[in-house]
Amino acid sequence: MSDSARNAILDSIRKALDRDRELDASIATALDSRLNDCGPHVLPVFDELPVERFVSKLESVHATTSRVAGVADIAAAIDGFICAHGLSTNIVAARGALLDNIDWPTAYRIEHRGATVDDAVAITEALAGIAETGTLVCGSSESHPTSLNFLPENHVVVMSESRLFKHMEDVWQELRRLPGGLPRAVNLITGPSKTADVEQTIQYGAHGPRRLHVIIIAPP
Amino acid sequence: MQSVAHEFKARSRRALQDTALQQALARAKGGFIDHRRTAIEALPEFDELRARAKQIKNHTLAHLDYYLERFEAQVKAHGGQLHWARGPEEARRIVVDICRAAGAKRVTKGKSMVGEEVAINPALEAAGFEAIETDLGEYIIQLAKEPPSHIIAPAVHKTRAEITELFYAHHRRHGINKRVSDVASIVNEARTVLREAFVTADVGITGANFLVAQTGSSVLVTNEGNGDLTSSLPRVHIVTASIEKVLPTLEDLAVFLRLLGRSATGQEMSSYTSIFTGPKRDADLDGPAEFHVVLLDHGRSAMLGNEFREMLRCIRCGACLNHCPVYGSIGGHAYGWVYSGPMGAVLTPLMVGLREAADLPNACTLNGRCQEVCPMDIPLPTMLRRLRMREFEQKLTGARSRWLLSIWAFLAKRPRVYQMAMRPLVGLLAIGSRGARRFLPLARGWTQSRDFPAPQGRTFQSLYRAQQRKQ
Repeated sequence: MSDSARNAILDSIRKALDRDRELDASIATALDSRLNDCGPHVLPVFDELPVERFVSKLESVHATTSRVAGVADIAAAIDGFICAHGLSTNIVAARGALLDNIDWPTAYRIEHRGATVDDAVAITEALAGIAETGTLVCGSSESHPTSLNFLPENHVVVMSESRLFKHMEDVWQELRRLPGGLPRAVNLITGPSKTADVEQTIQYGAHGPRRLHVIIIAPP
Repeated sequence: MQSVAHEFKARSRRALQDTALQQALARAKGGFIDHRRTAIEALPEFDELRARAKQIKNHTLAHLDYYLERFEAQVKAHGGQLHWARGPEEARRIVVDICRAAGAKRVTKGKSMVGEEVAINPALEAAGFEAIETDLGEYIIQLAKEPPSHIIAPAVHKTRAEITELFYAHHRRHGINKRVSDVASIVNEARTVLREAFVTADVGITGANFLVAQTGSSVLVTNEGNGDLTSSLPRVHIVTASIEKVLPTLEDLAVFLRLLGRSATGQEMSSYTSIFTGPKRDADLDGPAEFHVVLLDHGRSAMLGNEFREMLRCIRCGACLNHCPVYGSIGGHAYGWVYSGPMGAVLTPLMVGLREAADLPNACTLNGRCQEVCPMDIPLPTMLRRLRMREFEQKLTGARSRWLLSIWAFLAKRPRVYQMAMRPLVGLLAIGSRGARRFLPLARGWTQSRDFPAPQGRTFQSLYRAQQRKQ
């Protein structure tokens, strides 16, 4: 049955396009090469320094940021965020080049796993950032379960400034270079969760995090 | 859902007298328009992006079979499954079968207009599954047992007071016995109630804003994060999408992402844009074990071959609804099916039949705003005119309109007769009118709500000739 639906739809499309059968080989080759190598189309131009744009765009969508000098300063930045909002120091975290090298304060209990509804704070590491729109790029993996990005009310993301790119097209190239190819889920995150479904009034923390805090580590 | 588009006139009349609806519409309108304008003015490249997006869509549609086959191959290469559905019934059966095979009890849903189009929820419920909408707007209208009234803001017609009562009535079974009336508490209550659904669902169904042929990915744009919880927590993820959603590459996708948020809500990027490719990888700690894409045709391949092909460029941003004076006056439910506003007035007759939805293409002032604000430059007014022509050809136009149109056509084709007929008529209409008439024979529907601008006593032709003589 499934095959007959498939053929019927494809036949109907070909009929609509005034073609009986498959494409000419020459056209198919041209389409193949467009598919395999399509450069960027129109890239919005901006003058600001990428990191400054990134920070200002994130803050304009209700995220908070802190910029630190090195990996050694991440723990203090996290603690600052936790204390400012009076949050739990039981934390569920991803793994990564930055996160694996944090010297956690003794009061912190860190677990590396997917999130549950009881977790209040998740800390993850972004694959990349996009300066154009203030967007974090997170990819699902063994070290980064997707639930961390969406279940807890507070999401802290650490990212090295060297992972910041100007446009999403730069990030596509990075994703293609990942050892396993595209992860199951690539989440482009631009601010905390929100809704305007009740009388067009913006309310943060609809289903995902209420707060998004981004810690950017300066290049060495 | 079953179309009630044939009730358009009665529903419009009721909508105009519905004070709660009129309040909700008035509140919504300005926000959408202002936010969109501000966002577009801040992006000098917008027009260039719009032109490029149109070109990419035209290219993709012209080779749609190629791109769908590539998409299918990539979905499979990443361990996903692809299902083709010719129409709503087939799509429902596929989704129900997947849920059955998964041994599911509870199904969570992200917002999907294709899901609305094929009426997934009633089918799931009839098959014994519990289907829960998780987008706040969709959740509200699911409780109210109503269809969406706007493609991106499904509960835009609901006032806060109405939502308060709905939650009070339905959340008692969750142990909540208090009325909540401020926006924050309403959103929090929905968050609390739906959390449990997210973590206990067996299947998650989402729509797709785009499909990417190059990678076999489905792309979902949301603000709430409900689509991501729906697609990542249950054991099975089903994407319901239609065939025209496919784009060739991620680079093409980037162009559309820059247009979609700005046109829809005035956002540069929505909070979450997620690219899903296949089921969870072996080592992943979460994510669905099964990834299914259901590709729906439902009349689209036929549109590809006729004068409505350009409608397939639509990316469902809702800008045409927000800028339409007719939609702004009557809201989405008057249109009687899942799509409303200008895009709905084109799509509904093509999907549920011209006879059923004959009034929709006529409910248009042809002011052209919809095409101006359309990020895909779809000639909506032209298409509405084409549908009117089809109606006339198929004799679906009312007897009086046909009769008047025939008289007018007879005159218009004979300039001399036309002038002779118009001269006394124009003079007659001008008598005692003081610039406007409050009553016209045979056109009470018009003059009931507005004055008819009266002619100045002489026809253009006769004034022109007089002028020429003077010179």
